[in-house]
Amino acid sequence: MPDAQPDLVPDTAGVPPQADALVVAALPGSGFDLVTGARRATIRRTWLDTFDWRLYRAGLTLEQVSGRGGTEFRLTGRDGAEVAAEQFRDAAGRPPRWPGQLDALPAGPLAERLAPVVGVRALLPVARATSTVRERRALNGDDKTVARVIADQMSVTYPAAAHLPDRLEVRPVRGYQAQAERLAARLAALPGVTTDERPALEAVLASAGRRAGDYSGRIDVQLTAGMPAATAMAAVFAALLATLEANVPGTIADIDTEFLHDLRVAVRRTRSALKLAGQVLPHGARARFQPAFKWLGDLTTPTRDLDVYLLGLPAMTARLVGADPADLEPFGDHLRRSRRRAQRELARGLRSARFGHLRRDWREVLDEAATAGRRRPAAAALAAGSITAVHRRVLAGGAAITATSPPESLHELRKRCKELRYLLEIFASLHAPGVAWRAVQELKGLQDCLGEFQDTDVQRGELRDFAVQMMDERAAPAQTLLAMGEVAAGLARRQRRARAEFAGLFSEFASPDGQARIAALTRAAG
Amino acid sequence: MKIFATYNIKGGVGKTSTAVNLGYLAARDGYRVLLWDLDPQGAASFMFRIRPRVKGGGKALIRGTRSIDEAIKGTDFEHLDLLPADFTYRKLDLMLDGAKDPARRLASLLAPLRSQYDVIILDCPPSISLLSESVLHAADVLLVPLIPTTLSVRTLDQLTDFIGDFRGKKPRVLAFISMIDQRKRLHKQIAEALPAQRSDFAATVIPALSLIEQMAVERAPVAAFAPRSQAARRYRELWAEARDRGGLPPPRPPGS
Repeated sequence: MPDAQPDLVPDTAGVPPQADALVVAALPGSGFDLVTGARRATIRRTWLDTFDWRLYRAGLTLEQVSGRGGTEFRLTGRDGAEVAAEQFRDAAGRPPRWPGQLDALPAGPLAERLAPVVGVRALLPVARATSTVRERRALNGDDKTVARVIADQMSVTYPAAAHLPDRLEVRPVRGYQAQAERLAARLAALPGVTTDERPALEAVLASAGRRAGDYSGRIDVQLTAGMPAATAMAAVFAALLATLEANVPGTIADIDTEFLHDLRVAVRRTRSALKLAGQVLPHGARARFQPAFKWLGDLTTPTRDLDVYLLGLPAMTARLVGADPADLEPFGDHLRRSRRRAQRELARGLRSARFGHLRRDWREVLDEAATAGRRRPAAAALAAGSITAVHRRVLAGGAAITATSPPESLHELRKRCKELRYLLEIFASLHAPGVAWRAVQELKGLQDCLGEFQDTDVQRGELRDFAVQMMDERAAPAQTLLAMGEVAAGLARRQRRARAEFAGLFSEFASPDGQARIAALTRAAG
Repeated sequence: MKIFATYNIKGGVGKTSTAVNLGYLAARDGYRVLLWDLDPQGAASFMFRIRPRVKGGGKALIRGTRSIDEAIKGTDFEHLDLLPADFTYRKLDLMLDGAKDPARRLASLLAPLRSQYDVIILDCPPSISLLSESVLHAADVLLVPLIPTTLSVRTLDQLTDFIGDFRGKKPRVLAFISMIDQRKRLHKQIAEALPAQRSDFAATVIPALSLIEQMAVERAPVAAFAPRSQAARRYRELWAEARDRGGLPPPRPPGS
């Protein structure tokens, strides 16, 4: 696939297409002829990505272009080369509405290429602009088109209104890269033209003071070993609060399930950090905010539990052996009804004054902690102490588990493992990246096993509750209950398998090598 | 991905005109199309103003020492690419003879293009050779232009028998009357009788029209430079029949 040339930017911003005139001026003697392609056109451009920039991170850019000829979706790679394209028009000739799931796009190569990257997330507009474009074709001596030269005068309308300098894009035709490069070099050498390596989307976002990839669910805080622990934890909590708040509108609007997921992770990380390292905050903030964040966590649980069920339903249905997949449909309907109710409750809670006060008061505490001036302990000492303590608890809890231990002991161990994982992530910037990453990966294997054990246990219990509710609502045909029984049996099998795998995974985690890895982290931090 | 091949043992029967126009029409329907000009004369390459040259020649492609990807050129039309002819293609038979499983070599060369293209059209040189056998094995649909003579029908029967002996996948045959002279009674009789009698014949007939010959002057598909002409209309009808024969869905109503 050909690489796109960097755009060229005549520094005549704001005036009508000088860029187009420049192209014409550059051609005499160049060995290229120009043919006017489509006449000047105004197009509306919308760049789409998931909230967590999955396309951008995968090196892809998805653009919806609407004009007189209808709507086209164009997916390009990092080098600007087209990966897939698709025409779109609904019966009324309107483009789809965003945010929306991938199935708003026509089935075909574009949707197939996007599906594994986008996953369960919705696509939403990350930028919008209106462009007046004029396309010319550059012909070589055989009158063959070797490149398209597009003069583009763009007004950004979202995330903020802005005018971009006129842009000239040289799009090589496949197989004619070298000739297109010669043409681009000639244009770039013209007085008043500068080269812009950024793709159009990045230029658009920059004009609004944003950048692609500026949200991720990860804790992105740079701590230093010697900084006061209170300052460090205030920075961590502030980053978690920012993640939490970033996901509130999407959760209320119910755009996709992952807004709530990321919100819950931010709450859980906050709760664990409060419990394990929150003592460094001033004025008994830990004791005050632990119940507040527990309330918030509990508020989000019913909807998330139902999301997990609904997301897993296709796989559950596919695993049925005795029952017909259609038998589970009433169960799916019941889950969706329950979820709608839970979502209303959740949205109400997130709009409540209680939640507003929690955020306001918490921010005040963090602002104060960031500047409070208590110099001891240092961040590294806090990290080492808390990681060591939780690691000991994980080792002790795991060692006490035998073949006859009740499920609750594994559930408790899972909680400790989560706490350890969060601490490793929170203090990751204090450690050598490779060492921290390996420790987290090893822990992750054990966590996945414990998670499978607990989730299947909880889901079996919930399945019984759902069956009772459906009986009460007279929404449970006999064949549905039988199919649900088969699902429950499948969950029990998965739970037994997880239990059988636990001992091996734990002994690996508790091995001298595994312990040495955690010890290295705490030594480095201490 | 569906592979169509225009094939006839005889030359000058309209293979290249068909490949060029059907390639253009498929691309205009929104399919991603690659046309491989396998004829060393390079007529299809000429029509698209692309030089008939492949780095390393046919040998590099057949042996796999140079990827097909690198040799592909974009035409002036959206979604339509061309793998150009090369004069060394005149020795493709010999090159194939040295390859492993020569009859299926083209199919295996084209397989990696599955993610890039929905439609591949092979424009074959007139011959019966190892190359044509490899083309017949690779193709899903064989488009066979026939001039309306009794001998042409005999040739088609021989071809059908030959394919009938294939083990495994066999291409579906879609023969059609090409270069019919409307003034000749025999032409008209054959053109009317054959599609009615045989299921491997297209209902569409491509007449001998000067506009089709004009393609070599315009260096473009007739469906592009004279879209409202009778010639363009006939090629559109032929493409619709070929698409159905290949089991390709009609172009998606946008937004569906």
